[in-house]
Order: sequence, then structure tokens, then C-alpha cells
Amino acid sequence: MGDLLREPLTWGHALIFAAAAILLMGIVLGFVTYAIYFERKVIGWMQLRVGPNRVGPFGLLQTVADVLKLLLKEDTIPRKADRVLFVLAPVLAFVPAFAVLAVIPYTQSLYFADLNVGVLYYVALSGISTLAIVLGGWASNNKYALLGGMRSAAQMISYEVPLVISIVGTVMLSGSMNLRTIVEAQSGGWFWNWHFLPQFIGFGVFMIAAVSELNRTPFDLPEAESELVAGYHVEYSGFRFAFFMLTEYVYVYAIAALTTVLFLGGWHAPAPFLAVVPGLIWFILKFACIVFFLFWLRATFPRVRVDQLMGFGWKVLLPLAIVNVFVTAGYIELFIKH
Amino acid sequence: MSEEEKPGGTLPEEEETMQPSPQQADLDEAVSLLCSRVHDEAVAEAYLNEMNGGMPVLIIRSEHWLEAARMFRSEPALGCDYLRNLSGVDYETYMETVYHLLSMSTGKQYAVKVRTDRDNPSIPSVTAVWPAANWNEREVYDLLGIDFPGHPDLRRIMMPDDWAGHPLRKDYEPLDPEV
Amino acid sequence: MIRTEELLLNVGPQHPSTHGVFRIIVKLDGEVITDATPVMGYLHRGTEKLAENLNYTQIIPYTDRMDYVSAMTNNYVLCHAVETMMGLQIPERAEFLRLIVMELQRVASHLVWWGTYLLDIGAMSPFLYAFRDREIIINLFNELCGARLTYNYMRVGGVKWDAPDGWIDKVSEFIPYMESKLEEYDRLVSGNEIFLARIKGIGVYDAETAVSYGLSGANLRCTGLNWDLRKTEPYSLYDRFAFDVPVGRTGDCYDRYRIRLEEIRQSLRILRQAVEQFPEGGETMGKVPRVIRPPEGEVYVRIESPRGEIGCHIVSKGKAEPYRLKFRRPSFVNLQILPKLLIGETMTNLITILGGIDIVVGEVDC
Repeated sequence: MGDLLREPLTWGHALIFAAAAILLMGIVLGFVTYAIYFERKVIGWMQLRVGPNRVGPFGLLQTVADVLKLLLKEDTIPRKADRVLFVLAPVLAFVPAFAVLAVIPYTQSLYFADLNVGVLYYVALSGISTLAIVLGGWASNNKYALLGGMRSAAQMISYEVPLVISIVGTVMLSGSMNLRTIVEAQSGGWFWNWHFLPQFIGFGVFMIAAVSELNRTPFDLPEAESELVAGYHVEYSGFRFAFFMLTEYVYVYAIAALTTVLFLGGWHAPAPFLAVVPGLIWFILKFACIVFFLFWLRATFPRVRVDQLMGFGWKVLLPLAIVNVFVTAGYIELFIKH
Repeated sequence: MSEEEKPGGTLPEEEETMQPSPQQADLDEAVSLLCSRVHDEAVAEAYLNEMNGGMPVLIIRSEHWLEAARMFRSEPALGCDYLRNLSGVDYETYMETVYHLLSMSTGKQYAVKVRTDRDNPSIPSVTAVWPAANWNEREVYDLLGIDFPGHPDLRRIMMPDDWAGHPLRKDYEPLDPEV
Repeated sequence: MIRTEELLLNVGPQHPSTHGVFRIIVKLDGEVITDATPVMGYLHRGTEKLAENLNYTQIIPYTDRMDYVSAMTNNYVLCHAVETMMGLQIPERAEFLRLIVMELQRVASHLVWWGTYLLDIGAMSPFLYAFRDREIIINLFNELCGARLTYNYMRVGGVKWDAPDGWIDKVSEFIPYMESKLEEYDRLVSGNEIFLARIKGIGVYDAETAVSYGLSGANLRCTGLNWDLRKTEPYSLYDRFAFDVPVGRTGDCYDRYRIRLEEIRQSLRILRQAVEQFPEGGETMGKVPRVIRPPEGEVYVRIESPRGEIGCHIVSKGKAEPYRLKFRRPSFVNLQILPKLLIGETMTNLITILGGIDIVVGEVDC
């Protein structure tokens, strides 16, 4: 992929890129389909239920049926809604969710865009989805949706800051914002070379902030079905709602992949003798663990309150992330430079 | 004022029901307090409800009720700080509200009844004395049409706001056009 | 100039966390509640009016539908009122059966509360754990009287059905099972930091306020008052059994939570003793006239339902139908304090506080 990207753009290359993009989208959609299935199954088992088991063998086609249902449903737009924004919001949420996937490297050779500022690109684009949630909440002309949208805006702003700062330590250790270089910096054969150990504060802050960015339990305040009914997407139905759902799960994919890259050594094996197993398998395994972790949280935690969420973000996570930056700087100054 | 006479037993071997019941003393005390502090004629009737385990019952005149209620609450000898129940009854010739009062510290109980005219029923509100009376009075107003002057927010509570009539009245015509 | 406006938000009557068709109109300043007006009556069926045209046996199914989470205690309060009026003696076996089903019902009701309360707070799993264990009680009731929710089990003078063979053994098997599950609940939820942060210090009131608002049940006991009608004004056979009344200290949602869980434990304790002392044989119906006509007069009886003091005030004119029947519903009275607690709280705490009061809308609206 890397060589192709460096060559001059021809029609043939453009075709390959387009095909690769469509392939990635197919993979992501497949992931979303089965992540939802997996989530429902796992949470079902944790909750003494069986989960979906009616559609297809073991219920494997349940999500397919759900998506079909959503596509066939009547698309309602409330009469008093702001039509343009109402239609625009799901698109605006969905596009950056896919766009951030471009910078994620899967293996040494399998990657799409080799950006020097990959980390910044990811954080900047994912912020746009917040805008979409606020827009959707506002355009619905529904009070619950508005409250959900405002909560979302406050939450995203509060957690984007510690999220970014928690990555700084990793960036300092690897000396690059290029995600591929960051993975390379974690090579060394053993799992203690991965950033999650030397950067344990950063890793903790990053995971918490990431869950919050994903609007998942225990930080699912914008949706908070027991308070705000469904929050920002309460008025959305049919495929517009499906787009919001899709966005959410694509971000699960993106965050899981980003965590793997930044902290869990990307495609590196945990021990030298395991390096015979292809890197892609390691990537997928680590990625699956993160996804499972997110689902696990959902089955075990209650929801935090808005003021607690804000307090935690600004008073705990942000100082911790900043301390992490200083500690990392000191460590580099004292032990690595000399 | 009429008080039910109890046959007084003197021998301890006799059945318990033959003893002057302890509630009789409570009742007498309440009556004397009400007569001396509130008004000579505040209590219209007082008796023990044998059916209900000898519950002291006082029938208080509506015009003295608010003052009597304040005394029930604040007077240490009565100390009825807990309003257990408030029901309204339509007796076809008059309306009545029944307050079941309880003192949490001594466990003394009283049933207080306040009667009112049926055509223009009105009983002073005791929401200021026991906040617990608030919704109960609204319910009585809603279902029986008794007015409670002094209530902070006397609106219908169970029936829709535009409902005509008061369903628990005995002369209520149940076949509304809505039914 | 920036102009701010209060937001008028209609919570309910269709809302996942108002536990039925209860509605609160709140004024919000941001997310802070400045005013709250509860609206009810969406489930008002006129039970009291209907009862005036029914005989006492016919009223019993209506009581099932008041507090549909705890139908057995409602059955009991009506039968108890009529029995008090008529001075009936209840056979011991019948009274034991009543006590056992009432305590099982208290456990089942608190389980429903526990599950739904955590659902309100955002944790989904405990709900299913609670319903798994409640299902056992429901099956026991089903075996006893053929219904899962609206039992219509008690009659004036006794109970309708005797316990089938082996039923008592199943109850005694359930007791240790439930005790072990309670420990699981504590491990699963009671120490969760987020959960504690959500409920500690929320919805606080003192004992004086609780008494003046006529609160009862766990809502009263959380302020530190030791007031359980099973102890203070014993009815049925409660004076024969040893059990404790858990009380709180601070009067917040956390105390109400602890009290309800502890009450399950105490109910199991009562059940264990009741099962041991359960009489071998005997009647399940006392001597009751064919037509139940309580003498002229009136009576107010009260018992401790899972939600608090449920009372029944009957005015009889000596007929087969009551002249006036009034239920003192604990949910209705307990709910009165809600607007007072909500001012200055956030939208999120609204759900926490409302859930902590433990209402059943069928009972609020009656």
C-alpha cells in the first residue's frame, strides 16, 4: 500500500484506492454487524439471558434483519424540526467516523494513509461528530433531544482535552505523531515494550476518556434512556437513526484500533517466540479485547451524573494527563537522552 | 356532648374488656383540652369506636377545626404529628371528613371527624398543619367536592381537569357521556 | 444581550423511569430543576367507587390491581378490615399461610424495586438478576393460587386455597437460596463507586419532615425512626416472630436502598420461623356467614406493605356492600414529598429520587 501511495496518481491507482476503500468499508460494516450481535450475546450471557437466537443460525442474521427493518421503516421528520439540519446531522456524524479510519495502520504493510500527523487528524475529525450530535439535538426541536445534545457537547469538550493530552506521553516516547512510527517505537519483542506499561497513567486516562468519547456506559449521558429517553436521537427513525447507530459502532472500531496502535503495540507479538503468528492476527486479538472490554463495562456499570462526569474530567483526568506529560518528559530527559 | 359510658370493673380477675379502657382516658383528655383551649363547643360528640379496637373518635365542629388541628399537633399531651389517613364520606344528609391521627412518640391514636353541610361543603384545610393532608384534601375535593379553604393548590388530582361532577358522591350519575 | 429562559419539560406520562403513567412537569434552568408539579390520575380506575356496588369478596380482585407489585398485602388489608368489623377468628393455618405469602410478597416487591432502581440509575444487569429470583416467588404463588401477579388469594375469614403438598418445603428451600443471592447482589452492586456516588446524599430529609409528610415504610425509616407497623402495632402473627427493623441515619437514597435490602433479609428470617412453626393440619377458612355483612359502623386498619402503611377505612351500613371504602395508599402519600425534594436538583437526580421513593402508579392513582 505504501509504495502505491508514493507513486504518482494514475487512473489505475485511483481504481485500486477506491476498491480498497470499498473493501475497508465492507469490513467495517461487517464488523459493526457482528459487533452488535456480539455485544447483545455477551451482555445477554452476563445478564442470564441467551441473547438473539431467532434469525439465522445462532441468531447470526439478527443485526441484518434489524438493519433491514430500519431501512424499510418510515422516515419521519417532525413538522417543527429544522429540516436541513435534521437531515444533515446523521451525515455529518457518519462521515468523520469513517474518515478517521484512514490513518489506522493494521500491519507493517497494510495501511491506508501514512499521515505524519495521524494522531491529530484522528482527534480533530472525531470532534466533528460532536457537532453533528449537537445539531441533531437542536434540529429535532425536542427538549429531550436538546438536553442530550447539550450534554454531549459539554462531555465531548471536557473529555477531548484529557484524551489528547494523554496521548502526548506516547507521542513523546516515540517521537512522532505518525501512527506507524508509534507502533514501530513499541517493537522490541516483549509486551513490556508496549506503551501501556511505561505510559500506564496515560493509558488509564486514555481508556476512560475514550469510553466517554464513545458515549458508552458509564458515560452514556447524551442518550441516558432512563432520564432523557434517548437523548439526541429521540426524534430520529429509520435509516437516519441507523446512521447514528452506525457512527457509534464505527467509533468503537476506531477507538479500539487506535488504542491497539497507541498503547498495545499494534501488530507486535507479546513475546519474541510468538512472532511466527502473523501481525494482523495479533492486531485483531488486541482489538477484540478492547471491544470486549467496552461491552463488559456496559453490562456492569451504572451511569454517572452530569456534574460528576464534568468534575471527574476536569479535576481528575486532566491533571493526571498533564502530570503524565511532565513525568514522561522528565523520564526522557534523565534516562533516554543521556 | 355525649360520652359513651363504660361499665367500670374493679376486680382484676375480670375480663379485659370490662376494664375502663386506656383509650377512655385519652379521649377525656383530648375533649377537655379542646373544650378549654379551643372552644367550649368545639367537640360535638366523642366516643370510643369499639369495633376498631376502642379508637377514640371526636366529632369536631367545622368552624373550630383548624384551631383544634393546630392544638392536636402542637399540644404535647396529644402530640399527633402524623396524619395517617384522610377520607371523605358522603352520608347523603351531610358530608364528613375523617382524619386518623397518630402520635409517633406515644402511639396514641384519634379519629377526628368534621362534618359539613352537603349543599355547600366546606372544611378548613389542615395542609398547613400536616403537609400530608395536601394531596389527600385534593383527592377529597376531586371525588366528593368538599371545598378546603386555605389549601395552597386545590385542583382535581385523579379526574381530568374538565370533569363535571364528583364521582364519589352518592347522587353522582355514573353514566357520563364519556363512559 | 443573551436572554436565558427556563425550559418546561414534561417528564411522563410515557417515560421509561416514571414507573408507569406518572407525570411530572419540571421547570429546568439548564439541568437544574426550579419547579416540579406532579400530575397523576392516568391510571385512576375509581376502585373506591366501584367497591360501593360490590360485595366484599368481589372487591378483593380490585385490591390486587392497586399495588400490583404487592397484591398479597392489599388482599390482606381488606380482609383484615372486614374481619375486624365482624370480629372473626382466623384459623391458625390460614393465618400462617397469609403471613408466609405476605413476607414472600415483600421479598418479591423489594426485588422488583431493586432491579428497576438500578435500571433507573443506568445499570441494566441487576434488573435481570432480581427478576430471576423474583420468578421463583411468582412460581410459588402460581402453584398456590394459579396466578402470577393478581392473586385474589385471601378471603374474609381465611384463604381460598390450602398449600399444595410440598409447597412449604419449596418455600424453605427458597430461603437459603435467596440469602446467598442477596450476598451476590451486594457484591455486584452495593459497593460500586459510581452507584454510591449517585445515591449517597441525594434526596435527604429529616425525621420531622418525614413525619409531617406522612411518609411510611423505608421512606420513614431511612431518617432513623424505628417505625414498622409489624412491630409497633402488630397484626397477624408478627408478634410471634423475631426480626429486626432496619433503620437509616441520614435519610438519603442510600439509606433507603440499604433498608430495603436488609428488609429482604429480615423477611427471610420471619419466613424461616414461620415455616418451622407452620401447623400440620387444620382449616384454611374460618366460620364465616354465607353473605358477609359487617355490622353498621366504621373501621380503619393498617398494615405494613412493602411500600409503607397501607390502610383501609370502611364505613358499613350493615349491608353486603361497603357504604364507603377508602384505601390509604402508601405510594400516594409518600409521593407528596417529591416536589419538595426536587427543587435545586438536576434532571438526573429526579430519577434517582423518584425511584428511591418506590411508587407503584396503580396504587398512586387507585
